[in-house]
Amino acid sequence: MERRDLVIIGGGSAGLSAAVAAYDKGVKDILILERIAFLGGILNQCIHNGFGLHEFNEELTGPEFLTRFVKQVEERHIDYKLNAFVTDISKDKVVTYSSAEDGVTQIQAKAIIMAAGCYERNAGAIGIPGDRPSGVVTAGQAQLFLNDYGYMVGKRVFILGSGDIGLIMARRMTLEGAKVLGVAELMPYSNGLNRNIQQCLKDFDIPLYLSHTVTKTIGRSRLEAIEISEVDSSFRPIKGTEKRFEVDTLLLSVGLIPNNGLLDNLGIPQSRSRGSVVNQKMETEIEGIFSCGNVLHVHDLVDYVVAEGRVAGEAAAEYIEGKLKKSDSLILTEAGEGVGYVVPGRIELTDEDEKITFKFRVRKPMKNVYIVFSLNGIPFKKIYKQAIIPSEMEIVNIPRNLLVSNQGKIVVSTEPKEVK
Amino acid sequence: MGAMKDVIIIGAGAIGCFVARYLSAYRLKTLVIEREPDVGDGTSKANSAIVHSGDDPVPGTKKARFNVEGNRMFPQLCEELDVEFEQVGSMNVALDEKQREKLFVLEERAKQNGVPTKMLTGEEVLAMEPNINKCVTGALLCPTAGVVNPFELTAHAMENALDNGVELVLRESVVSISKKDGHFLVKTNKNEYEAEVVVNCAGLFAEEIAKMVEPIDWYIRPRKGEYYVLDHFGKGFVNHVLFPLPSEKGKGILVTMTSAWNYLVGPSSEFVDDKEDMSTDSPTLADVKAQALNMVPSIPFNQQIRIFAGCRATPSTGDFIIEPAKSEPKFINVAGIESPGLVSSPAIGRYVADELVAPILKAKKKDNWNPRIKPYVHPLKMDIEERKAFVKDHPEYGAIICNCEQVSIGEINDVLSRSLPATTIRAVRKRTRAGFGKCQGGFCQSQVLWLIAKATGKSPMEIEYEHEGSIILERESK
Repeated sequence: MERRDLVIIGGGSAGLSAAVAAYDKGVKDILILERIAFLGGILNQCIHNGFGLHEFNEELTGPEFLTRFVKQVEERHIDYKLNAFVTDISKDKVVTYSSAEDGVTQIQAKAIIMAAGCYERNAGAIGIPGDRPSGVVTAGQAQLFLNDYGYMVGKRVFILGSGDIGLIMARRMTLEGAKVLGVAELMPYSNGLNRNIQQCLKDFDIPLYLSHTVTKTIGRSRLEAIEISEVDSSFRPIKGTEKRFEVDTLLLSVGLIPNNGLLDNLGIPQSRSRGSVVNQKMETEIEGIFSCGNVLHVHDLVDYVVAEGRVAGEAAAEYIEGKLKKSDSLILTEAGEGVGYVVPGRIELTDEDEKITFKFRVRKPMKNVYIVFSLNGIPFKKIYKQAIIPSEMEIVNIPRNLLVSNQGKIVVSTEPKEVK
Repeated sequence: MGAMKDVIIIGAGAIGCFVARYLSAYRLKTLVIEREPDVGDGTSKANSAIVHSGDDPVPGTKKARFNVEGNRMFPQLCEELDVEFEQVGSMNVALDEKQREKLFVLEERAKQNGVPTKMLTGEEVLAMEPNINKCVTGALLCPTAGVVNPFELTAHAMENALDNGVELVLRESVVSISKKDGHFLVKTNKNEYEAEVVVNCAGLFAEEIAKMVEPIDWYIRPRKGEYYVLDHFGKGFVNHVLFPLPSEKGKGILVTMTSAWNYLVGPSSEFVDDKEDMSTDSPTLADVKAQALNMVPSIPFNQQIRIFAGCRATPSTGDFIIEPAKSEPKFINVAGIESPGLVSSPAIGRYVADELVAPILKAKKKDNWNPRIKPYVHPLKMDIEERKAFVKDHPEYGAIICNCEQVSIGEINDVLSRSLPATTIRAVRKRTRAGFGKCQGGFCQSQVLWLIAKATGKSPMEIEYEHEGSIILERESK
C-alpha cells in the first residue's frame, strides 16, 4: 500500500492553506485529493470581489484569491490529484480514493486533514410545500451554471433566504438581464453581510421581505409561480398574508452544511455546527485526523478559513514529527444561551498554548450584550458588544492564564448588559 | 415502426412495464405508449416501495390474490431484473391492549391469504426494534414482506421487454381510441397506431382511457400520500417495515428503511380532485410526522433530505379492476391498481399476458425469450480488491461525480446508453441514485446534465429535469 505522511481531503482554500503550512513546518510528503477538475474549491465560481482583506490587505475576486494559494502549492511542488474522490477513510488512517486515472487507490497516511467544505441546504431539506418542478435551485448551483458554464437558469427570479450567495446572485442575475422580484427571509433580520444587503439588494431596488417564507411552489414542469407568506414569531405562516409572484426560478440561499460524511462515518462526535468536534489544534478525537474550514463549521470569510487551515496544517506536521504535545487536560466547550455553536469543542491544554482561539456564532442579532466565558460555572471573561449578528462569525482569543483549571467545561453565552 | 401491432399497452407504470415484460415472451408485436419522458413516472415512482406480504387484503379479492402471488415472485424476479430488494419482513405494531387484540384479526386474515406470520410479544418487538415506542404491546411479524427499489423495478422490467422485442414510444398521450376494420385505432397527440388488442394500464387516467371505448360504471379517485425521506444515517434505526394497525384510511403511517437504507416516513391519505396534484403541504406532513413519532419516538427528522407526494389510483369498486371491457373483449382494463399495487404488478402483468391477451391472439411463446437484463455494475457494492480490478479495466467507473451517493460517470453513461435510455435528470437519478442524496444534486446536477446532452446530442438548454418542458437552463449568458 502506498504511504504518505499527510493526506489532505479537499483542495479548496482550507486544504491548500493547510498543505502550505504543513510543508513549511517540514512535512514534505503531502498529497492533496481534490474531487473536481481543478484546485481552489468553491472560490472558482465566486467571481465577485471582497476576498482577502485580512489575508492580503486587498480586495480580490475568488479566482484571484485562490490563484495565490495554488501558486504557493505549486512553488513547493506539493503533490495533488484532481478528479480524485475519497470514498472512505478508516480509523487507522487508510484513505481510499477513486479516480479514472488512478482507479481505486488506498493510501496509508500518518495524518489526515479533512477539508471537504460544505454543501447547500436545499428544497428537500427544508421541505418547501407545493409542487416539485424544475426551476427551484440552490443559489450556488445557479452561480455554478452562470459563472463556470455560461448559462442562466431563469429570467424571472425570486430568492428564498438572505444568505450571502443568494444576495450576490440577486445582483449577478440582475446584471445578466433577469428580473429579481424579491428576497424572502424567514428571520426578522437578514442573514447576509451588511455590505451585501446594500450592494446587492438596495442598490438594485430589490425588496427584502423579512419574516416571510415561501409557502407554495406552483408548476408541474417548470416553476410558474410561488407564494410567500408572513410568519409569526414561531415561524408559522400567517393565513391571509399570501403574496403571489409569477416567476420561473426560485433560488435558495438557506444555509450551508458541512460535507462531513467521511468523518461522521467514523463515529467522531458531531458539534452543533454539524462538523466534527475538534480541539484547539483542529484535531478530532482520533489522533492524527484533523478538520478545518467549512467542513468543520461554516465561515463568513475565506480569510478565516485559510487561517484555520494553517492551524490544522501546522498541528498535523507536529503530529507527524512526533512533536504534538500530549495532554492530560480536557475541557469541553458548550454553546450556552444565545450561542449557536463553539469551535473548538474540546480543549487539551499543553504548556505551549499561550492562547485559545474560540470561534462561534450567536443565534440572533443582539445589542448591548456581553459575551461571557465561564469555566466550570465561574465567569472568567466578559466582552461587551454593542451589536452582534449571526451572519458574522465571532473570533475571541483567550489568554492561557485565564484558565484556572485544565479540566471541566467552558460555556460561551450571551448576557444582556443591564440598562441603568 | 410498422403501424399495425398485435397489442398496444397504454401506460408504462409498473403495470404497463410488467404486462410488456410478460408479453415479450410471446411472438407478438407489442407497442407501449407512455406520455411522460420516462417509464414509471406516475404512481409507480411515488409510493412506499414496499413488497407487502399480503396479510392485509380481504381474502378472496384480487388484491389478496395478486399481492400474495406477486410477493412470491419477487426474490427470483429481482435477481433476473437486477433490482435492489431486501426481504426484511414487516410488523404491524400494536401500542395498547385494544390494538393487540386486533392483531389476531390480522393474523387470521393472513392465514386465509396463505401468508406466513409470527405473533410477537411487546418484549420481543423491543428486542428486535429498540427504537419503537416503549408502550408496544405486540406485533404481527410477516417475514416475507420486503423493500424494493421501485425505480429499478419498472425501468428494468421495461428494459427487459425492449430487449425481447417490445417497442416503446415516450412523450405521447393517447387522445382517442376507435375501431377501424375490426382493429383498434389509437391516436396520440403525435401519431396513430393500430392493434388487435389494447391493454389499458394508464394508472390514474385509466378511467379516461376506458371511457374512450365504452361507458363505464367505475371511476378512479386520486388519493394523495405525502412522505418524508431521511438520509442514510446508519443501518438499523428500524429493521423492519413498521406499520401501525390498518384503518379504513389504509395501512397508516409507516416507518421503514428503503432498499438503499434511507428511511421513509409516510404516507398520508387524502382524496384530491386533481389527478396531477403531487404537491405537498405543511399541515399534512406535520400530521404524518406526529403519527410516525407516536410509533417511533426518536425519528431524527433533522436528517430529512426530501419530501414528496404521490397519488394512489383508488378505484370506486374497492378492488383491482382487471378485465375486458364489457362491449369490447379485446380491450382490457387494468385499473384501480392502488396499494398493494407495486408488489402485485409482476403477478398482474403475468396474468394479463398469459391468461387474457395471449389466448385472444392464440399467441405462441418464443424459444429464445431472455428473462434477464444485462447486469448493472455498482463498484461500491464490490469488495475493495474486486473494485480495484474492475475500475482498472473500466476507468469511467472510477470517476465519481455524485458526492452523496458516490455514483461514477461509468454508471451514468451506462444508463444513458441502455435499450431504455435515461434522457432526463430525474431518469438518471432514478436509475443511478446520482442526486438522490443529501445535497439533492447540488454537486452533480450540472455534470449529469452535460452527460445527458452529450449522449442525446441535444443542447444543454433542452435537457429536462423530469416532465416535458421542465428545462433547467434558460439561455446562454451575456
